[in-house]
Amino acid sequence: MITGTPKPIEEILEMVEPYDNIIVAGCHGCVTVCRVGGHKEVEVLSSTLRLARESGGSKIEINELSLERQCDPEYVETLRPLIDDYQAVLSIACGAGIQFLAEKFSKTPILPGINTGFLGVTERQGEWSERCQGCGDCVLHLTGGICPVTRCAKQLFHGPCGGSTAGKCEIDQNVQCGWQLIIDRLKALDQMDNYLKLKPYKGWDSSRDGGPRRIIREDMI
Amino acid sequence: MLPCTGRIEESLLLKAFENGADGVMVIGCLEGDCHYVSGNIRARERVKRVYSILDQIKIGPERIRMYNLSAGEGAKFAAFANEFVEQIMELGPSPINIVRAKTAQKAPEEETL
Repeated sequence: MITGTPKPIEEILEMVEPYDNIIVAGCHGCVTVCRVGGHKEVEVLSSTLRLARESGGSKIEINELSLERQCDPEYVETLRPLIDDYQAVLSIACGAGIQFLAEKFSKTPILPGINTGFLGVTERQGEWSERCQGCGDCVLHLTGGICPVTRCAKQLFHGPCGGSTAGKCEIDQNVQCGWQLIIDRLKALDQMDNYLKLKPYKGWDSSRDGGPRRIIREDMI
Repeated sequence: MLPCTGRIEESLLLKAFENGADGVMVIGCLEGDCHYVSGNIRARERVKRVYSILDQIKIGPERIRMYNLSAGEGAKFAAFANEFVEQIMELGPSPINIVRAKTAQKAPEEETL
């Protein structure tokens, strides 16, 4: 899922300071699962803003709503009939959702209520960790299902570097060496021959280095 | 009245302040004694989060507190209630109620002008 963390309330209050009639928009997708942008969070944030603003002497009216997904046009369009009645939208979807609203409603300021994080997994309730950087050229079949792009701080492709000690990465003793994980897993799978199949170099043009990416599936258009 | 404090959402607690409460006390069963296993533990964490929110927006974190007692502890309930009410009386009205009172005071004055 796409993860995120709430922005500090002071930062959000500063953002909405010029407005007294806004929408707080949640998303039922990833941000609901990681408890940062679902309808419950819409309710809590809206109450918090109303309390802070009224106790400071400047009330704010808030329409609390959540879209099924803020990254799909059919759901985003459900905002169109009401958007002109509000001065701004505070979106607590991921950065993709926030930008999609901004594209669709060019006359309304769309404000970010969260800081978008990474593509990750839930370790346990309240803890998420990164697994994928969307490099566009997956090699997980060769690396025992562990991504060297994401799990290795240097994004190396040919084994652990000199900063790997006792299975830990030099950047932080709490971070496991991605390559140590890969080697251990390949050994356990009896697939160490995969280690020799890795590419001599990785082309990064399918990653962010090629600029903003686009997928066009002719079979679906 | 809720059958279990585990049903309490943060938004419900904040709504109480929006509706004019100067303080909110949450009373759950004794820890380890929840009929739904962990309802009161969940409530404790939610109260903590609201505590933090009230602190950040300067309403005052001491305006919310969670107590734990069993249904048979009537005297203790009364003591907790009295203690909390005294604490809130000392704090006075919440900032939002002070603003509302001032606004209500101004309104009749403006009408007479």
